[in-house]
Amino acid sequence: MSLLELENVEFKYHGQSEPALKDINLSVDKGDFVAIIGANGSGKSTLAKLLNVLLRPDKGDIIVEDINTKNKKQIWEIRKNVGMVFQNPDNQIVATMVEDDVAFGLENIAVPSEEIRERVDHALELVGLTGYETHETHKLSGGQKQRLAIAGIIAMEPSCIVLDEPTAMLDPQGRKEVIETIDFLNKEKNITIILITHFMEEASIADKVYVMNEGKIESQGPPAEVFEEIDYLRSINLDVPAVMEVANGLKSKGMEIPEILTIDGLVDALC
Amino acid sequence: MLIELKNVTHIYDQEQKIKALDNINLEIDEHEFIGIVGHTGSGKTTLVQMFNSLIKPTSGDIYVDGIKTTGKKPDLNHVRQTVGLVFQYPEHQLFEETIYDDVAFGPRNLDLDKEEVEKRVKVALDLVGLEYEDFKDRSPFNLSGGQQRRVAIAGVLAMRPRVLILDEPSAGLDPQGREKLKDLLKRLHQSYNITIILISHRMEEITQLSSRVIVMDHGKIVLNGSPKEVFSHKDKLEKLSLELPEITEILYRLKERGCDIRTDIFTVEEAVDEIINVVGRQNHVN
Repeated sequence: MSLLELENVEFKYHGQSEPALKDINLSVDKGDFVAIIGANGSGKSTLAKLLNVLLRPDKGDIIVEDINTKNKKQIWEIRKNVGMVFQNPDNQIVATMVEDDVAFGLENIAVPSEEIRERVDHALELVGLTGYETHETHKLSGGQKQRLAIAGIIAMEPSCIVLDEPTAMLDPQGRKEVIETIDFLNKEKNITIILITHFMEEASIADKVYVMNEGKIESQGPPAEVFEEIDYLRSINLDVPAVMEVANGLKSKGMEIPEILTIDGLVDALC
Repeated sequence: MLIELKNVTHIYDQEQKIKALDNINLEIDEHEFIGIVGHTGSGKTTLVQMFNSLIKPTSGDIYVDGIKTTGKKPDLNHVRQTVGLVFQYPEHQLFEETIYDDVAFGPRNLDLDKEEVEKRVKVALDLVGLEYEDFKDRSPFNLSGGQQRRVAIAGVLAMRPRVLILDEPSAGLDPQGREKLKDLLKRLHQSYNITIILISHRMEEITQLSSRVIVMDHGKIVLNGSPKEVFSHKDKLEKLSLELPEITEILYRLKERGCDIRTDIFTVEEAVDEIINVVGRQNHVN
């Protein structure tokens, strides 16, 4: 059984004529790094809200660690299993001091204080914020704030982390920090990641990509395969990285090069 | 000379003496398109807020359209009509019940007659690509984020500024939204002769639009020149942890591998041609 399973999920917002999500099938195994990519309005944030039961599907089933999200009595069990990180770093920080912020969730579920200390230190270490324990949260950079939000989630030891456009409001440096942190947590610590983004560069480090458009999953597979369809991706309003455009341009002019996702890949293929 | 800054220093925190701007000297001419880049906290936003006298410097002098804004009782109305500023996330500042009223807010404060206000609202909405009849009576709050942003920009354009400053106008927009914005800025610059000052983290935007690029770091201007000149300082930009435009990065990396390739190219098409030319020829020789 997968860690997380969506079967024929449909969801419509009240008062809307068209469903926001249609016929969604998706499964995530332990240790997976899954990216969900789509333009504004494609339904990807709605999907995130369904995963930790901020919303429930109208049709179909969502099963997290063997619990169906329809099961109202176990809603907190599911939320404990699915940790969420959102777009705006300022909306997720509750404490004025870094370590208090990470400890907030643990205190709420009455973890003994020695264990809180351990888990907070460990979580801060994993996101590269060791040494910032007593720093004021409002003085952190955007990237640091998002890493702090991630630490707060890791400390709760969820089965998976869902990140909904975690870099959309960050500068390039902050984006890099957050993406490197996510990649490290998955590759080195085997933490299951579901990354929702509209940046193809970010999605290209995942094991598997789902492409969403108009509420449906239109394409899925390993990034190198999915991102081959540059014209299609552009047509659904996604950001195609310049390196893929260049590779595509070279191919169309008869140059033989393999599937390219990164600048390193392109440079290696050419020289 | 439209805007001139002489030895401008601005200290934010009087206790800690943090210099947001550190002895800036800068001249901006009519009809330039200036791109400003720099790390978060480098002073970009403080700098542009000096241009329309939203902040006054701790020391130094600023002249806008001949008016010394750091002097005694400057004509700030004239300065702020000359220099329009579009803030970050300007859609957060929409407040009227209809799009018409929101765009008309500035012109009405200029004591213009009704017909003139209406004319300006029409022109401004038309410029940002929102059909006047379709949109004028709608609430600005029922629009998409990209449309809201265009309404906010229309509100500034309705003031008929000669200089338009935009602080990260494409942040959070999707690719189509960004393309539309780029077209708008090009049109304002070329067809309406508006001087444009653009702050952006997106190097592609900066290289494709600007005639001059200013790089800021710790309150100082560290590079100032054409896109080609500025982005030839690869090491310096990297030290400031600024990204190179992706295409420039690719070309530099090929050069490091020994390809004799140009690095002053900023469009995909030209880069493809250059790579085929150079790499294709090398492979032929081998």
